[in-house]
Amino acid sequence: MTRSDTEPLSDDDLHALVDGQLSAVQRATLQARLAQDPKATATVAAWQHQREQLRALHASVLHEPLPAALVAASQGAARRRQQVARWQRWGGLAASVVLVFGLGWSSHGWWTSAQQGGALTAQEFARQAGVAHAVYVAEQRHPVEVAAAQQDHLVQWLSNRLGRPLRVPDLQAQGFALVGGRLLPGDAGARAQFMFEHGNGQRVTLYLGALPPDAQSETAFRYQADGPAPGFYWIDHGFGYALAGRLPRAQLLVLAEAVYRQLP
Amino acid sequence: MTDSTPDALVACIPGLRRYARSLTGDAWSADDLVQDTLERACSKWRLWLVGSALRPWLFTLMHNLFVSQFRRAQRASTAGPPLDIDDVAGDLAAPDGSPDWAIDLQRCLLQLPDDQREVLLLVAVEDLSYAEVARITRTPIGTVMSRLSRARARLREWVEAPAQATPRLRRLK
Repeated sequence: MTRSDTEPLSDDDLHALVDGQLSAVQRATLQARLAQDPKATATVAAWQHQREQLRALHASVLHEPLPAALVAASQGAARRRQQVARWQRWGGLAASVVLVFGLGWSSHGWWTSAQQGGALTAQEFARQAGVAHAVYVAEQRHPVEVAAAQQDHLVQWLSNRLGRPLRVPDLQAQGFALVGGRLLPGDAGARAQFMFEHGNGQRVTLYLGALPPDAQSETAFRYQADGPAPGFYWIDHGFGYALAGRLPRAQLLVLAEAVYRQLP
Repeated sequence: MTDSTPDALVACIPGLRRYARSLTGDAWSADDLVQDTLERACSKWRLWLVGSALRPWLFTLMHNLFVSQFRRAQRASTAGPPLDIDDVAGDLAAPDGSPDWAIDLQRCLLQLPDDQREVLLLVAVEDLSYAEVARITRTPIGTVMSRLSRARARLREWVEAPAQATPRLRRLK
């Protein structure tokens, strides 16, 4: 898009000049056009002067000693942030996805909790994901709480509840469309379940949520074949993920990898 | 990452105080707003994406608080509709060189609609990009730019209005 040299500059151009939101080249171009436009030149000068005055207004506040109440509030916030950062920041991720099976999974009854010593293990998390899958996968009228038609609301809502910005993976390349999602209870807070459906009616669920700080920090992909539905599960930055469905293992792996790649 | 260090938060406080002072027009309300913002940050840390910039996030919290709490309170306490340009022009002393320029500028700022004042301060004083301001105020960039235009134009009119020959008594709010 070319403009003649004498075309008057728009307000947006002038704002960008005054606020320094231009590259060196853009700035040079606009200033050349500005030279031809006395009205715009006056406006830019007025706005720059105004800008300086606004920055000088109350500038003395910047050098005042901080009121004790504000320092205390910021210290409380900083302490809390470090705590949250500890929960979220775990060791480096495995550079490659390693398939591990034969974990010595013992045959506890699937529908009873397998907790040992109070710590939530990855296997227990996966068991819960399998149960959640089985409970909702057969639903025709109410498979989800919020449908894909309201995806933005769904993500916002679940992000708020889980205390972390969530992203719904796109599995359309694998033929799966989002049906929607729901909120579920979990050991360390709320969990989310997203349901996806293939054109042939097959459904998979992605189950995720925070694990308590004393749980395993991170795991590579693990496969569990027993229980209501097979699936892949892993822990990443203190969050557990489980992709479950009655599909061949190879297809589940493709889906799990697709999910893993897309999550922050 | 500097924003993740404990000092990064304390370092933001003076800037937040200055912004709040210009936004609300008085020191007490300003510090209350900053305090509420810091307390909200305490409870909302899980929503802060690690690695994202701290300042825009804090301004987002402050914006939400300002809109929900302070505007409601201010509307309840101030009387009357926004003043006409001519009414205000008579109160202005000559620009610059006058020790009262700061008082006048602050009063002019308060005459602006809240939306315009916020955008003007976030852009001109806090050096946030238009895109960041759009995110903080949850409005489209086009709206940000038009508010900026109106704020700058209005402020300019009021400042360039001819000064009175004799100083007038300050109108008490």
